[in-house]
Amino acid sequence: MILDGKCPTGPIEKTWDQHRFDLKLINPANKRKFKIIMVGTGLAGGAGAASLGELGYNVEAYCYQDSSRRAHSIAAQGGINAAKNYHNDGDSVFRLFYDTIKGGDFRAREADVWRLAQVSNNIIDQCVAQGVPFAREYSGLLSNRSFGGAQVSRTFYARGQTGQQLLLGAYQALARQVKAGTVKLKARTEMLDLVVVDGVAKGITYRDLCTGEVKSSWADAVVLATGGYVNVFYLSTNAMGCSVTAAWKASKKGAYMANPCYTQIHPTCIPQSGEHQSKLTLMSESLRNDGRCWVPKRKEDCEKPASEIPEEDRDYYLERKYPSFGNLAPRDIASRAAKEQCDDGRGVGPGKRGVYLDFEESIGRVGEDTIRERYGNLFDMYEKITDEDAYKQPMRIYPAPHYSMGGLWVDYNCMSNVPGLFVLGEANFSVHGANRLGASALMQGLADGYFVIPYTIGDYLAGVKPGEVTDEHPEFAKSREEAVARIDKLLSIKGKRSVSSFHRELGKIMWDNVGMARSKESLTSALQAIPALREEFWQNVKVTGDNSGRNSQLEDAGRVADFLEFAEIMTTDALHREESCGGHFRVEHQTDDGEAMRDDENFTYVAAWEYKGEGKAPELHKEPLKFENVKLAVRSYK
Amino acid sequence: MNLTLYVWRQNGPEDKGKLEQYEAKNVSPDSSFLEMLDEVNQGLIETGIEPIEFDNDCREGICGTCGCVVNGQPHGPQEKTTACQLHMRQFSDGDTITLEPWRASAFPVVKDLVVDRSAMDRIIESGGYTSAYTGEVGEANQTLIPKPLAEYAMDAAECIGCGACIAACPNGSAMLFTSAKVAQLASLPQGKIEAAERVQNMTAAMLENGFGNCTNHYECEAACPKGVSVKFIAKLNREYIKALPK
Repeated sequence: MILDGKCPTGPIEKTWDQHRFDLKLINPANKRKFKIIMVGTGLAGGAGAASLGELGYNVEAYCYQDSSRRAHSIAAQGGINAAKNYHNDGDSVFRLFYDTIKGGDFRAREADVWRLAQVSNNIIDQCVAQGVPFAREYSGLLSNRSFGGAQVSRTFYARGQTGQQLLLGAYQALARQVKAGTVKLKARTEMLDLVVVDGVAKGITYRDLCTGEVKSSWADAVVLATGGYVNVFYLSTNAMGCSVTAAWKASKKGAYMANPCYTQIHPTCIPQSGEHQSKLTLMSESLRNDGRCWVPKRKEDCEKPASEIPEEDRDYYLERKYPSFGNLAPRDIASRAAKEQCDDGRGVGPGKRGVYLDFEESIGRVGEDTIRERYGNLFDMYEKITDEDAYKQPMRIYPAPHYSMGGLWVDYNCMSNVPGLFVLGEANFSVHGANRLGASALMQGLADGYFVIPYTIGDYLAGVKPGEVTDEHPEFAKSREEAVARIDKLLSIKGKRSVSSFHRELGKIMWDNVGMARSKESLTSALQAIPALREEFWQNVKVTGDNSGRNSQLEDAGRVADFLEFAEIMTTDALHREESCGGHFRVEHQTDDGEAMRDDENFTYVAAWEYKGEGKAPELHKEPLKFENVKLAVRSYK
Repeated sequence: MNLTLYVWRQNGPEDKGKLEQYEAKNVSPDSSFLEMLDEVNQGLIETGIEPIEFDNDCREGICGTCGCVVNGQPHGPQEKTTACQLHMRQFSDGDTITLEPWRASAFPVVKDLVVDRSAMDRIIESGGYTSAYTGEVGEANQTLIPKPLAEYAMDAAECIGCGACIAACPNGSAMLFTSAKVAQLASLPQGKIEAAERVQNMTAAMLENGFGNCTNHYECEAACPKGVSVKFIAKLNREYIKALPK
């Protein structure tokens, strides 16, 4: 089937304004008759729930954390982009649009990206009005810095805690609505199913993580803002609780999963130190403003301390390979370059899986105090984890799974193919194409939450009779029964292997075969290993405790079980996409100098997968991508 | 390294709870405190004992989810460090470590080391925001904010809402937490307009939710993983006095 994203046509700069005008409205007195469920309270979900509450809708917001202030958006460090052109350096909405399309390696929809670029400026205004303490110049004006994939300074930041400050802004706006009674918050709950009645999303089934109770809730529309899935790799920069569960449950109820093979491996993370490791920690991309990546030119120098390697024996590989962007090359390119050096035997640190990020020159140029002011908290964090002082010796970094560009398929209104189911932020696939540029995730989360869903959901609800289906409908009881049966099954296996041992093994399969470099051979072998592991999981997993209260083993077991299914569709997508683009690098498709080689003739489309049941091949639906404003070109940062 | 742990086990809010002894063996000094607990839990699972429940999420020291009292100190011995960022190299082979949940009357225990901190959310709900509707707000650079003021607001805004300050306070007071939000917003032009109402509502919510009062022990600042300063408590008091009826 050919999918239609229902993008507006005509001159791109008018698309969002015209579309906004064309969307149906609901009068203020009627809004309170509608009930909306928001799952997830990160930037997209928090901002969306707050904004919908302000409009007068009845909102129920769910999060698995103990408070709506804790979603993993909070960990974003570096910043948020906006096309303000405060620096008079040539920025514009069109340039942000262009950079994002190109950065995504021409695999995103033009209209969606245009809208993102257009509302980026409103986001900064909104956050400032909320009291977000962005960095400022001595003049009192907002300060900016540069990020990868852009040659202008358009990134707004709050020290190294931009995500935290933006999320707290959204959290506070949400708290205001909770007080006003428009939003009911359900913390420590996890969505276990999407309830679909006659093909339309009408509610969710969830587990109370404190009492173990499985309950349902109905709504006139369901919005998922449940983040990404890179914890499928086990070790990633995501929080421990991040999972694909909500999105995957929706997928099993008919929502298409789009481009699941597009995963972002972030170039600057602290390398793994041992087997005990539970997660990887990111060092913000903003560090590449002042840090220079290098490895020794000669393999025999790798064991020496960095200070003993003279300048002429260092290979500043990003500056060498990409002179015009240098250390600010986009993430996919910088990650592959780091892997390339390490594969060549010139990596540093344990297992030689690391490269240096060196601040010596910047400290010499602007002084240690300035570097401390810009990145102090990141240097502190680095020291706590590695016991090394990055003011005195270079950081060691290595790529790690960080973000998923793929996600549930949505149309221009952020609605999935299941009517009534909307998907926001990282959970959808829409704007980053095959690679996300730095400081764009915060932008997308807040754009979707503050400025897209409040408009588009009204257009859908205008055609819905409020409260027509409630949790009295038999589909709700059925959904609860299925969720309880699955929990009982997990608890009844009483096998020999812990949940986390399965997660680790799955992660290794995915990292080795579906990671930074993928081949037909590696993907085929993963497609054999994943179902085998899944089968063993359902025979041999050991979940302690019961379902009468808090049980984190049981929570994890459910999430790992979903990853074990999702991993297969992600690998299938990677195998089918016979090209290299952005974060998806197929070794069969590369240029002589190792750059990604797209196949525009055959793959300029969104691959949306329909789940057909276990053991059955998912069905591929295509949404062709058209490029009318940015010319399809080889993406070069040289 | 090998360690002896005494861990608070409490099966639900109604249970009395007690300390149980566990051994942590072959702990890598490079592992984080929570990774050490993961390993202990793996051992417990293998022997069929329910693992220790503890809250955690980002493991980067920013989400504020984790936290327990380690040898009497919230988040443990290292200054300005959350439990997840505490690494085992801070301990020595043969050490005994006692782990307890946050203890405060406003924080009922959920299970083991997990407590219910929703009372902190209720303080924010009472007024910890500016009433800016999504939509037409002024252009960001229309309001200039002097850099020192922006830095001051950011120092306050660093709070991660973990609750260590409350656990450290002999009165179970939420004064540092509340003052950080009051000070951040009262110092910025965007938040000044509602400052009086905000400080009154937030301090009232603090008392309503079972938090004690401040008697200047400064244990909160010492325990804060983000180094939020008690100077913000002074700011809260000034804001409070300014808001009193004239």
